[in-house]
Amino acid sequence: MKSMGATQEEYYRGVRMIRYDLVKELAIALGAAGLLGLVLAAAFSSPDVPQVTIATWAQSDPLDFVTTAADELAGSTTSAGYGNPYNTAGEGQSWGPIGPQKWFGTRIPIDSANAFVIQPLQRASFSNANLASALKTWQDSDADQQGKWLDAYSKALPDATVTDGNVAVVAGDYGPLPVMMANLLGIAQAGALDGLLVSGGHFYQTDYTQPLLFMGDGGYLSGLADQAHLTGSQWGMMNETGSYPGQTWLWLYTMWYQVFPFTSDDGFLGLNAGNADLGIIILMTLLTTALALVPFIPGLRDVPRWLPIHRLIWRRYYAPRRSSASRIEAPQL
Amino acid sequence: MAVATSVESAGSSQPESASWTLKLRQAIDRHLPMDHLLPDRQPYYVGSWVYVFGVVTIAALVWVVVSGVVLTFMGPQWWHVSGVGRFFNSLHFWSVQLFFIFMVLHLWGQYFMAGWRHGRAATWMIGVVIFGISVLTAFTGYLSQQNFDAQFIAINAKDAMNGAGIGVFFNVLNFGQMYGLHVMLLPIGVTALVVAHIVMVRTRGVVKPIDAEGGAQS
Repeated sequence: MKSMGATQEEYYRGVRMIRYDLVKELAIALGAAGLLGLVLAAAFSSPDVPQVTIATWAQSDPLDFVTTAADELAGSTTSAGYGNPYNTAGEGQSWGPIGPQKWFGTRIPIDSANAFVIQPLQRASFSNANLASALKTWQDSDADQQGKWLDAYSKALPDATVTDGNVAVVAGDYGPLPVMMANLLGIAQAGALDGLLVSGGHFYQTDYTQPLLFMGDGGYLSGLADQAHLTGSQWGMMNETGSYPGQTWLWLYTMWYQVFPFTSDDGFLGLNAGNADLGIIILMTLLTTALALVPFIPGLRDVPRWLPIHRLIWRRYYAPRRSSASRIEAPQL
Repeated sequence: MAVATSVESAGSSQPESASWTLKLRQAIDRHLPMDHLLPDRQPYYVGSWVYVFGVVTIAALVWVVVSGVVLTFMGPQWWHVSGVGRFFNSLHFWSVQLFFIFMVLHLWGQYFMAGWRHGRAATWMIGVVIFGISVLTAFTGYLSQQNFDAQFIAINAKDAMNGAGIGVFFNVLNFGQMYGLHVMLLPIGVTALVVAHIVMVRTRGVVKPIDAEGGAQS
């Protein structure tokens, strides 16, 4: 087998070689990149809009919080009807026979009503007889009765008044819901719900799946994101708060969310807004694979030869030869 | 000479050709001699600014790693409460931006030079993999910021991950998982592949101009 060293020497046989200091080039590049980074860091800092907690949500927009909590009980929120990997309430995305969301099952099980409302209230009812009684009434009632209370309460909420952080609805037959919601709101405003949704029975915590899903179900967080141009229809995946560049390298991925068929309900060839996430991930996987395989794809691999850009890059090579004799030139750096 | 004698004595129990150590050293000498790893001569056409994009990408990566190590050492909360921490986060942030700018320029430069020719397809393919893993690394970085951006990006991104079935294994709402991937596994992956990429470039040397030998095909 021919050695690689000999191969490189053979490859360059007859090519004029010049002195080139790679280490010096790297050292200069390190200095230049570091200096540029330091200047940019000093001049522009970096974005750091404070996180939103459930407490700030409940304090800033108590009506949205209570409405979301009631919707969780009714099973009408995004997370409640999501499907895998959280529950089986939704079908999940698929494209023809391709439905990986279904294939992998319910691996992160979350019952939104119980996880975000009932269980926190049960913990809080330890020393609250009024809440304990309301919870018992709720849990002893059948689904039909619960549905009637929720329906009436949800219809009353748009006209609710907010006073000193408390939500009040007009008198009606809501069963134990006003007591439950008032207590959940109080727990949230005090900051306790942030901890309850993260704890999961463990002391050390790093998993924020539950509180993020709950906040995502509400309108408060998405309203802030909309103001910051972070939502999906606003090229949100590549944007970030403030006037910072964001993840510009995701431009192609984000672009697909703005164009047909991924913006259309009807779509094309089964790809539409409903399965846009799956369709775009498949598309980007194919495009990335094609990029990796460019050396083997006729046409794509020939474009560089057709375009004269390489003649600009190798100006020295394509320039008229003054002398055909090989010679050693001065160092580049 | 006692050492030499004992080495010879120990070595006499097996033929020299059976030594894995010797075989490894010979393979390295054969495939990547030092004058190829650190050459002081290059073909005369290596005089374009396009060749600089690769080395400045590496330089930016070094600053990404250095600033990232400082941030990791001090913990994910530090930069939110410390001016020095904020500065290191800013250095990390802008170094990442520079890294991607230079890497994309390097990628386009190599495309228009058809840098995959003459047996260099694997080098190109590893470069594309580095780009993909770098995107994933930056993405987990944005998810690890512990601020509003991280929260909403996570909520937004979960649908894409779940829709593709990836969310089961790559839960963007799980800070611990994203942080661990961002500060450990993914940077190791990027760095290891960059080293492999450089070794492949140095092993083969830079490609010749397009019509020097053959066309733009591999």
